[in-house]
Amino acid sequence: MMKSKADEEDYWNSSKFKAFTFDDEDDEFSRLKESKRAVNSIRYLVEEDDDEEEVEKVSWSGEPVGSISWSVSETAASNQKADREPAFPKVSADSGPMSRSHSGYSLSSLFKGKTKGGNFQSLADSPSDPSVRLYAPELRKPKSEYKDYVSDWSPEETVQRMQQGKVVSLEKFRSLQDKLLLLDYAVNAHDGNVITAVLIYLKRTLSKEVLFRELESRQTALRHLIHYLTETRDQRLLLELLRSLLPPGHTWCCVSFYLMGFILLFLLRALGRMEDVALLQYKEHLSIADENRRRDFLKNCLSLPFSPEDSAHVQDHYTLLERQVIIETTDRQAERGGKVEVFQKFPRKASILNMPMITTLYYCCFYHYTESEGTFSCPLNIRQTFKISEKQYFVTALAARAKLKAWSDVDALFTSRNWLGFTRKKSPLSFQRVVDILQKNSAPTQVLQNYVALVDDAELRISLAQKHKCHDIVINTYRDLKDRQQLLGYQVKLKRGSAEERKIDELLNNPQIRWKN
Amino acid sequence: MAHSARTDCPELPDFSLLKRLAQRSAHLPQHEVDKLYKVEHKPVVSTSDQLCFLIRPRIQTVKWIYVANADKAAGRFRRYKIIFTPRKFYACEAMLEEQGIFGEVTTDEWSFCLLPLDDDVISMELPEFFRDNFLAGDQRWVRTAGSALHLLHSLYGPFSKLYGIGRCSKMAYESWREQVEEGEQTARRAEIGKVFLIDRDVDFVTPLCSQVVYEGLVDDIFRIKCGCVEFGPDVTSSDKSLKVMLNSQDKVFNEIRNEHFSNVFGFLSQKARNLQGAYDKRRGMDIKQMKAFVSEELKGLKQEHRLLSMHIGASESIMKKKTKQDFQELLKTEHSLLEGFEIRESISFLEEHISRQVSRLSGRINNRLLSPTGLLPKDYRSLKAQYLQSYGADHLLTFSNLRQAGLLAEQPAGEALSAMESKVGKLVNDKTAGKLTDAFSSLARKSNFRALSRKLNLVPKSDEEYDLRVPRDMAYIFSGAYVLLSCKLVEQVLERDGWTGMDEVTRLLNGHEFAVTADARTQGDARRVVLVMFLGGCTFSEISALRFLGREKGYKFIVVTTAITNSSRLIESLLGNQI
Repeated sequence: MMKSKADEEDYWNSSKFKAFTFDDEDDEFSRLKESKRAVNSIRYLVEEDDDEEEVEKVSWSGEPVGSISWSVSETAASNQKADREPAFPKVSADSGPMSRSHSGYSLSSLFKGKTKGGNFQSLADSPSDPSVRLYAPELRKPKSEYKDYVSDWSPEETVQRMQQGKVVSLEKFRSLQDKLLLLDYAVNAHDGNVITAVLIYLKRTLSKEVLFRELESRQTALRHLIHYLTETRDQRLLLELLRSLLPPGHTWCCVSFYLMGFILLFLLRALGRMEDVALLQYKEHLSIADENRRRDFLKNCLSLPFSPEDSAHVQDHYTLLERQVIIETTDRQAERGGKVEVFQKFPRKASILNMPMITTLYYCCFYHYTESEGTFSCPLNIRQTFKISEKQYFVTALAARAKLKAWSDVDALFTSRNWLGFTRKKSPLSFQRVVDILQKNSAPTQVLQNYVALVDDAELRISLAQKHKCHDIVINTYRDLKDRQQLLGYQVKLKRGSAEERKIDELLNNPQIRWKN
Repeated sequence: MAHSARTDCPELPDFSLLKRLAQRSAHLPQHEVDKLYKVEHKPVVSTSDQLCFLIRPRIQTVKWIYVANADKAAGRFRRYKIIFTPRKFYACEAMLEEQGIFGEVTTDEWSFCLLPLDDDVISMELPEFFRDNFLAGDQRWVRTAGSALHLLHSLYGPFSKLYGIGRCSKMAYESWREQVEEGEQTARRAEIGKVFLIDRDVDFVTPLCSQVVYEGLVDDIFRIKCGCVEFGPDVTSSDKSLKVMLNSQDKVFNEIRNEHFSNVFGFLSQKARNLQGAYDKRRGMDIKQMKAFVSEELKGLKQEHRLLSMHIGASESIMKKKTKQDFQELLKTEHSLLEGFEIRESISFLEEHISRQVSRLSGRINNRLLSPTGLLPKDYRSLKAQYLQSYGADHLLTFSNLRQAGLLAEQPAGEALSAMESKVGKLVNDKTAGKLTDAFSSLARKSNFRALSRKLNLVPKSDEEYDLRVPRDMAYIFSGAYVLLSCKLVEQVLERDGWTGMDEVTRLLNGHEFAVTADARTQGDARRVVLVMFLGGCTFSEISALRFLGREKGYKFIVVTTAITNSSRLIESLLGNQI
C-alpha cells in the first residue's frame, strides 16, 4: 500500500521536473513561460545539446546544419550511395555514447508519421515527461524540413538510427523491395529489437500471405516474428504462420517419400514444424481449468499431427485424465459418504485430477489396491493400460503399501512361486533400495530385517543391518563369515544384558564353530 | 514512488537487485520514495496520482500495467511513467500505442547493465537472455551485450585482443565494434588487455553437472540471488532466517568458496581452532593488554566467529541434504556418463529416480536425462516415456524446448560412423530433430562431446588417484573427474594466442570462432587481465575454475555474465509446462 501523504504532491513538485507541473495555471502566457523553462531545463539535462543553441552547427560541407541546402545535398548524397559508410555528420546525436542514453524514439512517429506539431502538443499535454528532451532539438526546425529530414534515410541508415534509438519513420518504405531491404539490413545488424520493430511494420503493411512467403527464406526474421507473436499471445496468427510454412497439400503420412538429400532436409524442417503446430495447440490445454472441458480438448488433440512417439504420449495423457475424472467423482462421493474406511483413516490431501501418471498409480495403490482388474482404478489395470514397466510399478506399489503399513501386501509383492511350488523372494529392484524405501516409510525393524537379510553382498548386508539396527543379521553374517574379531567388536556396541548380547556369548562359546581369527 | 516488476517468472532476481541498489543510494528517500512495490497482475492500490513503473522490457509486463490499472474506465486520472531497464524495446511501445495510451503513459529507459557481484564478477542480471537467445532465436539482447562490452571498453580499454566462439559472441562482438566506431576514441591507459567471448551453447555439459565446490553447492542448494543468499533456520540454528551477501568481503567465505567441498570441513574446523586460540589469548592478560585486545582484535574475532558459525551451519545443512538425495550415486552416475562408461547402470539409476519421482522436480532428473554425451535412441525414448509418466505429460513441451535449444540429443547408433555418415544417420534415426538451422547443427555438436573430450583431454584417466587437497588442474572442480570445457577453451586459446592448431576442436564445436587484434599497444600488467564474457550465463564452478587458472598461469580473470546459472535454472528456463 502506498502511504497517502499530504506532501506527496509537494515532493513531485519539488523535483527537478517542477517546471513541468502547472496544473493550476491555464493562461497562455504562463504556459509559454513554462515551456521555455522546460526547454532550458532540457538543455541542462542534455549537455551536448548546449552548444547547438549558441553555436551554429556546420556540416562537413560547410553549410549550417538545418539549412535547406544542407538537407538537400545530404539527401542527394545518401540517395547516390546507400551502402557506403554513413555520410552524415552526427547531427542530432552529437557525439559519444552519452547522448544515446538520453535520446529515444517515438513509435508513433515511427509508424504513424506523427508530425512535429503533435510532438509539441504532447509536450504540453504531459508536462512531466522527460522524454520531451528527445524532441527538443527538432523543435527548432520548420515542419516541412523536418519531414524531409526524417524520411530520406536509406534502409541501412534507418536501421543504424533505430539501433541507436533515434527517431525514424518507416512509412516511406512502401515497395516490397524496400521493405525487404530494410528487413535484411536489420537482420544483418543482429539487433533483435530493430528486427522486431521492422517486422511489426511489415506485419501491418503487408498481407499475411506475402509476409509469410518472404519470411520462409529468412530464418532469423522468422524466428523473431514467431517469438513476437508468442509474446503477444497471438495464437491465431502464429498457427496460420506455421501452417503456411508446410508444403501445400502435404498430408501427414507421406513422410517416407522424401528420404534423400535436400528433400530430406526439407522434410525434417517441415516435420519439425508440423509437430510445432501440434504441440502449440496441445499447449492450449494448460489454460483450460475445467477438467471435463480439458479432457474433451485433449480428445480433439488426438488427431493432431504429432510425431508417432508424442502422439502416444498425448493419447496416454487423454486416457489418464479421462480416468482421473471418473476416479475423482467416485472417490469424492465415497469420502463424503464416510463408509469407506481407508478414506476416513487417511483423508485425501488433494484431488487426483491432472496429476502425473505415477502419482495416479500411487493413489490407486493406496486407495484401490484390492480392487478387481475390471475397474478403472485398479492398479493392475492402470499398469496394463499405460504399459508401466515392472520396476516402476513395483517401486510405486511398494511405497504406497509401505505408507499404509500394509506389510503383508509388501511381502506379497516379492513373493513368487517357482514351478515346484516353493516360494522365494524376488525383486526387480536391488534389496538395498527396497530397504531404503521401506525405511523412508518408517517400517519397523522386524519388517526391515526381512529384506536386509536378502541383500546378497555380505559387506553391504552388514552395513545396512548396522544402520538399521538389525542385530540378528549382523550377528548371523559374522557367524557365517566365521569372523570372531568382528563379533567381539560388535558385542561392545550392544546394550548390556540384551538378548543379542547373550546370543553372541553363546556363539563365542560354541565349540563347533571354527573361527578364522 | 516507484514500482518494480518481475518479468515472467517469480524467481528472477530483479526485485532484490533493485532493493539492493535502492538501499545503497540515498536518492530514493530524498525524493520521498518511501517504498518499492512489486508489479503484479493486479491494480495498484494507491492514493497517489503519479505512478512510476520500473520494468523489464517485456510485452507481458506492459500488458499487466495497463490492464490492471484501467483508471480511465474508473474515471480516475493518474499519471504513469514506465521506465524500461536495461533497454526500451519497440515492441513494448508498440503495445502501448496499440492500446491507445501511448503518450498518456510516458516511457523512458534506464540503461543499467552491469552489476558487480564481486571484485572479479560482473553480472548483467539478464536471466532471460538464455531463453530468448538460444531457445527462441530472438536477438534482442545482442546489442545490450555489445553495449555492456562497450561500456567496459570505454572505462578500462582499449582492449588489445578479442577472442570468441559461438554465433551470439560473434554478433555481440560486431555490435561492440559498431558502437566503438559510432563513438569517439579517447586515448587512455588500458586496464583490461584481452577479452574472451563465449556462448553458453558451446558448452552445455558444464552447467548441467552437479556442483561440488563450495560456492557452487551453496548456489545449487540455497540459490544465490544477486550475490545474496538466504539461509533458513536449519542453517542459522535459530528460528530466524538470515540474508547475507556472499562475496570476497566475507573473509571466511573468500577462503572456502573455490574449494572442493570435501576440504571445506577440515578448513572450517582448523579456522575454529585458530579462533579459539585467539580468544584464549585474553587469559593472563593485564589490563592494558586487555584494553588493546578489546579495542583492536575483539571486533574482528567476533565477526569471524559469526561468519564461521554461519558457514559451518551451511555446510552441515548441505551434508544433510546431499546424503538424503543419494548424492554420491548421483555424482557417480554423472561421472560415468561423462566418461562414457557404464551407461547401462547410469540409465537404470535414472529410471529408478524417475519412477520414484525423487528430486525437487524436474531439474535434477532432467539434468541427467540430458546426458550430455548423447543417448541411444532406444534409451532416450524409454526414459522420455518414463519421465512423462512420472512428472506429467505436460512435459512433452519441455522436451520440445530442450531439443530446440540443442540440449537434448540422441546418439546416432554406432560411434564409428564418419562425420558425414553420422549426420545422415542422425537425420534418419532421429525423427525428432527439429529445425535444420541452428538447433540442428548444435544437435550434431552435442554428440560430439566424446570426441571433444578426447581431443582436449577433458576426462582424466580414472585409474589415477586425484588428490583434491592439492589440485593439479581445473578438474578438481568436479572431483577430478572432468575439466570444464568452457574454461579449457579459455586456457587453450590464451596459451596459443588464438585458435591456431585447434581446427578439429572448433569444427566439433560448430565453428563461429574468431580472434581479432584490436589495439596492439597494450603493455604491462594489463596484458594479463582477461575479461571473460559468458553469453547465456555461467556457473560458480566456472568462475572458480577461472580463478584457479588465473593463479596457475598468472592471469587475472574478470567474469562478465548475462546471469549466474546452474543446472536447475537452465532447465527451469526451458520448462514448457507453464502457460
